[in-house]
Amino acid sequence: MAQALTFEGPWVLLRQPPPRGPDSDKAVPTDIPSASEQADRQRAAWMAAAQAGDQRAYTRVLNDSVALIRAVARRQGVAVDALDDVVQETLLTVHRVRHTFDPSRSYDAWLSAIAARRAIDLLRSHGRREHREVHDEFAMDTHADREDASTGTLRQQEAERLRKAIETLPPGQREAVEQLGLKERTLAEAAERTGRNTGALKVNLHRALKTLRDRLHGES
Amino acid sequence: MSDAARHQALIDALGAELTPVRRLLPPWRRALAWLAIVAVLAVALFVRFGAGTMLHRWSAAPDLGVAACGAVLTAITAALASFVLAVPGRPIRWAWLPVPSALVWIGASGLGCLRAHIPGMPVLNLHGANDCLIFIVSFSLPLSGVMIWLLRRACPLRPVLTAVLVGLASAAASASLLEICHNFDAAASDLVMHAVAVALVVGLNALMGGRLLSRA
Repeated sequence: MAQALTFEGPWVLLRQPPPRGPDSDKAVPTDIPSASEQADRQRAAWMAAAQAGDQRAYTRVLNDSVALIRAVARRQGVAVDALDDVVQETLLTVHRVRHTFDPSRSYDAWLSAIAARRAIDLLRSHGRREHREVHDEFAMDTHADREDASTGTLRQQEAERLRKAIETLPPGQREAVEQLGLKERTLAEAAERTGRNTGALKVNLHRALKTLRDRLHGES
Repeated sequence: MSDAARHQALIDALGAELTPVRRLLPPWRRALAWLAIVAVLAVALFVRFGAGTMLHRWSAAPDLGVAACGAVLTAITAALASFVLAVPGRPIRWAWLPVPSALVWIGASGLGCLRAHIPGMPVLNLHGANDCLIFIVSFSLPLSGVMIWLLRRACPLRPVLTAVLVGLASAAASASLLEICHNFDAAASDLVMHAVAVALVVGLNALMGGRLLSRA
């Protein structure tokens, strides 16, 4: 203590006293990071560990990311019932591009950029779909669907397009669609038949559905 | 399945297949790798053609030197900007980085047509100008291809903007390389052909590179 007083010398008496008042308890020195910055740093540290293969840190950071993705998607104007689609697509993208994260930078900024992009993609694909679909009640009443020869041909053509699109998928994704989607096997059955773990099958199915959606919507 | 359960299932699945990844090198180092390829090409051209013609043109008409420096700087800054923008979360204002040097490049090239011609140096005819176009395009396409290949390992969230910067960097690099073996004084036909070549390369990149990068 004596040492400290000697070091500080008489100048300590000239310093301004700390402000007192109703807000004095809330006064925070500027060099201490805010709660959101601390949370961001924590997520950055988890992601850095995930890049090195730490599964626990990875599931933590992904779980922590869901709320932020939803907030970003909401800001972009995504409807509430479509927010979770953006969450799924963003999580898949995060997984694919996790090597692009630089731990010396903000995780939240990195994630927000990806989430905003996926939200815009979703809004665009919805826009395209709505543009193609007809919302005309009069037309619906007066021209109800009839089971004529053209309907059958159209269905056949669509089935053929889908079959061809499935054939062009990478082997792992095709296998997942065939086992889980077409043959309607459970995850456990499919895992037993293919020799893959259930996690890999689920990821492959998600990716396959995304690829098929993109391809079929892109073609039409 | 509720949405929360769907997310949890996906997170568990992604966690189960997690493998360690090699982190992407910083953008400036990746840009440097691409610029090293351009530097190797420049050395090869210097060995073949020497620096004499280039230095004679620059001493007789300093505006040509300024234009060449603008092109070199545009290649460097556009390459850096495209590698930076290919990383999620980086500010879009990086796209402005090559603009000042590109303005110097274009401005000085344009002014070159207004001054008196360099004595003893031929002015380019249309046939020669075609050669310039072929040179710029044929150097730009492989350089763009290499950069797009490098960028696909990143995650360009703005593929078309990134591809435009790729086109600008490649075209500027090719124009800089052309400067080494360009034995002509500036002329309107030459300038127009350079502009057409740069626009062609940038346009092709925006069209094709944007598609390639959007699938990255």
